[in-house]
Amino acid sequence: MSEVVMQIDGKEVKAGDDMTVLQAARAAGIHIPTLCHHEKLEPFGACRMCMVEVETRGRKNYVVSCLYPVAKDLVVRTRSERVDKIRRVILEELLAHAPNSPELVELAREYGADRDRFDKDPSFCILCGLCVRYCAEVKQKNAVDFIERGALREISFIPEIAAKECWECQECFALCPTSYAQAAYFLTEALAFPGRRKASAPSTTTS
Amino acid sequence: MDIAKIDQIIEKHRGKAGDLIHVLMEIQHENHWLPRDVLHQIAAALDIPFSRVLRIATLYKTFSLTPKGRNEVHVCTGISCHLRGANKLLDAVERATGIKPGETDANRRFSLETGSCLGSCSLGPEIIVNGTHHARMTPAKVEDVLKEYQ
Amino acid sequence: MTRLQSAAALEQLRAGILSSRDPAKPCIAVCAGAACHGLDSARVANAFQTEVGKLGPDAGLEVRVTGCHGYCEKGPNVVIDPEGICYFEVKPEDVPEIIACTLKKEVVERLVYAHPDTGEKAIYIGEVPFYKHQMRLLIGDNTRIDPMRIDDYLAVGGYGALAKALFQMTPDGVLEEVKKANLRGRGGGGFPAGLKWETAKNAPGKDKYVIVNAHEGEPGAFMDRALFTGNPHKVLEGLIIGAYAIGSHRGFIYTRHDAPQLIQHIEQALAQAEEYGLLGENILGSGFDFRVEVHFDVGIFVSGESSALMRSIEGLPPEPRPKYIRTSVAGIWDKPSNLNNVETWANVPQIISRGADWYAGIGTEGSKGTKLVSLSGNVVNSGVVEVPMGTPLRKIVYDIGGGIAGGKAAKAVHFGGPMGGSIPASLIDAPLDFDELAKLGAPIGAGGLLVMDEDTDMVDVARYFLEFLTNESCGKCVPCREGMRQTLKVLTNITKGKGREGDIARLEDLNDVTGAACLCALGRTASDPLKSMLRYFKVEYETQIARGSEGKGGKAAGSAAT
Repeated sequence: MSEVVMQIDGKEVKAGDDMTVLQAARAAGIHIPTLCHHEKLEPFGACRMCMVEVETRGRKNYVVSCLYPVAKDLVVRTRSERVDKIRRVILEELLAHAPNSPELVELAREYGADRDRFDKDPSFCILCGLCVRYCAEVKQKNAVDFIERGALREISFIPEIAAKECWECQECFALCPTSYAQAAYFLTEALAFPGRRKASAPSTTTS
Repeated sequence: MDIAKIDQIIEKHRGKAGDLIHVLMEIQHENHWLPRDVLHQIAAALDIPFSRVLRIATLYKTFSLTPKGRNEVHVCTGISCHLRGANKLLDAVERATGIKPGETDANRRFSLETGSCLGSCSLGPEIIVNGTHHARMTPAKVEDVLKEYQ
Repeated sequence: MTRLQSAAALEQLRAGILSSRDPAKPCIAVCAGAACHGLDSARVANAFQTEVGKLGPDAGLEVRVTGCHGYCEKGPNVVIDPEGICYFEVKPEDVPEIIACTLKKEVVERLVYAHPDTGEKAIYIGEVPFYKHQMRLLIGDNTRIDPMRIDDYLAVGGYGALAKALFQMTPDGVLEEVKKANLRGRGGGGFPAGLKWETAKNAPGKDKYVIVNAHEGEPGAFMDRALFTGNPHKVLEGLIIGAYAIGSHRGFIYTRHDAPQLIQHIEQALAQAEEYGLLGENILGSGFDFRVEVHFDVGIFVSGESSALMRSIEGLPPEPRPKYIRTSVAGIWDKPSNLNNVETWANVPQIISRGADWYAGIGTEGSKGTKLVSLSGNVVNSGVVEVPMGTPLRKIVYDIGGGIAGGKAAKAVHFGGPMGGSIPASLIDAPLDFDELAKLGAPIGAGGLLVMDEDTDMVDVARYFLEFLTNESCGKCVPCREGMRQTLKVLTNITKGKGREGDIARLEDLNDVTGAACLCALGRTASDPLKSMLRYFKVEYETQIARGSEGKGGKAAGSAAT
């Protein structure tokens, strides 16, 4: 693995040639916002928040830094009018689903996103896929996955598997930026396998 | 449901994870729907997570996780048919069958789907019932056409 | 049938086939293409076969069931060769008369083409206005070929180009010829095929794949199916030549699950080509091995996107991959994979047999060769049309298409389906050219040309395409899934008379970000139809939005028809 010299926000940055722009930025202490990214997981490229402007051989392009490979003499700008607009509109689109998510609210403040710009659609899930991917890649249980497609896409806990795995684990709950994951789990439990906690609770009477 | 047939189909693809879509297609074609325990069976035989099977089965409109009707009615809503009045045709079909796209009626007589472009745009607007084209349809003709299908 | 082991053996076989056929013997070619089939051409074909069968082995004529002739509007279509007499809207009851007249070398006057206004008749294929103005290099052979019989393809010169490539040219030579011809992708990208081939060829690794994208999902586009179903060998020959050039030994044909006739024809073609030694091991004794497998999608538009298609072949959900690493370098199972559209592959044999210079002589500076166009919508003659690049759209819509149905005025034409754009009728002299139309905001796309009349609601058309795409989006990335959801909401409200102030600004913002930030071409081009609407039809949008408070939206498209 050799080193590559590039530029991020006017600063010279040295990066390993197998790194992504996001990794290179983080190593150099430069912040790029992300929503669907996690160190332990394969980059997903779904939220598009980490989009940056790259310039190579005089041509400008907008790419997601979590997936874009570093290159010699690459010029990267993590903020610009265009990049900021992309982030702002993406936030506004997501706030329509989860207007109170602390992570989204804080980003909204930074990018001037208006949480009321679009009509509300209170699904509370931003489909970042952190829960799905964590369960597949790290826990390898596949207890929760995406179903359907397009605007109907949602996450679904699979009752047969969730009944056996989730109560002891619960690790994906902390990853969820909107707390929807745990809500979805408990709803699935209540509908599909109620009585799980009674079955595993110590035998005391409660009033 | 012909369990032996389904088992046969799954056996043919045992261990071949890349064949998932083929297996689902063959069973959907044979059985007209995909029962959940069959999905589990497929996951086990192809050695893939059940969640992937479920994901692919819900991703495509072609696969149905609930039993379909005896007669599958398809109203083409491709752009050419749309420009030739597919919306009104669909309204008439909904009235005649009592169901909306994606639904099956309670007697399992009809399942209704819409979708794009079956490639016979000169015949538009059209409905296709069990693979048979009914070309250059008008809302007025719908009752007569559907009457034939019990 | 022993497998052919040399170019000479192929020519010998061809000569044998031709000498066993009497070119003067009348042949009744019955179209079994999608539209004609839907108009019951199967009964017409059966009637012909039965009646001719009754005449015994010395009947003096034969029947051939073929693929799409092209004139879908007037099906069921029948062509009597060798004269090229065209009969239209043929019914089973007409069959005895046609047979009798053909044997007497007479014409059934009532079944020939008659101009709708003047009544002027045209008997032969070279005179019928619809056909006369075309240049049918690719689809012209359809009337002469029964897709289930490889001998028919050999009889019209098939696989001669493959033999030339394998024995008289090197792989590099073939590649250079395709580059020189400037063959550009016909699936929508318009990317130079030669360059794509070269990238795959030069990519590291010895396993390389070639793919036919036969997943024609663009609404209103049906020419790939017409070509592939009617002449599968032409596409296959192109694929084998391309594989030879690139150094690939394994090919994939990816098509739609809901085209049973196409799948049947492809499988028959593969089996027969294999049998003849034109596919498989040691093709024509050249030492070149190549095998093909067929895969199909299950009903989602995004499977037509090349990286999604490759995921689907791998058995995974068809989610497109960000294209920072090109699929020609890392595609199926991360191996170099060259994907081209059906029509692109079909162009290859003629480039090899007649040369790049000949090919480059057709078309314009930037767009060479002919293009298949699916002509439909509010047009008199809908069907599959083939014209040289550079042909003015006016010629396609009026001379070939016969103008607007119902005597109405044209309002707009739309290219590229949900990933394209509309241009107003005032621009109808624009040439059929990749770059010129892209500049106007209506990129050719796959070649589906939709004609829209004066009653069309342009807000509804944009809304329609967005609804289509929201149903077909895989849903992975935010700007596509959410951007389209919100755009669709705004447009639907406008069509229902609930437009609000600031809607245009909202639409422009959404369009901008969707176009810039989406993961794949489906999302990135989703904003194009609306973009073209705001460019040429803004007044109509503003009017409908302004009507919001009055509670009455514009007339939705299609309400003019009963």
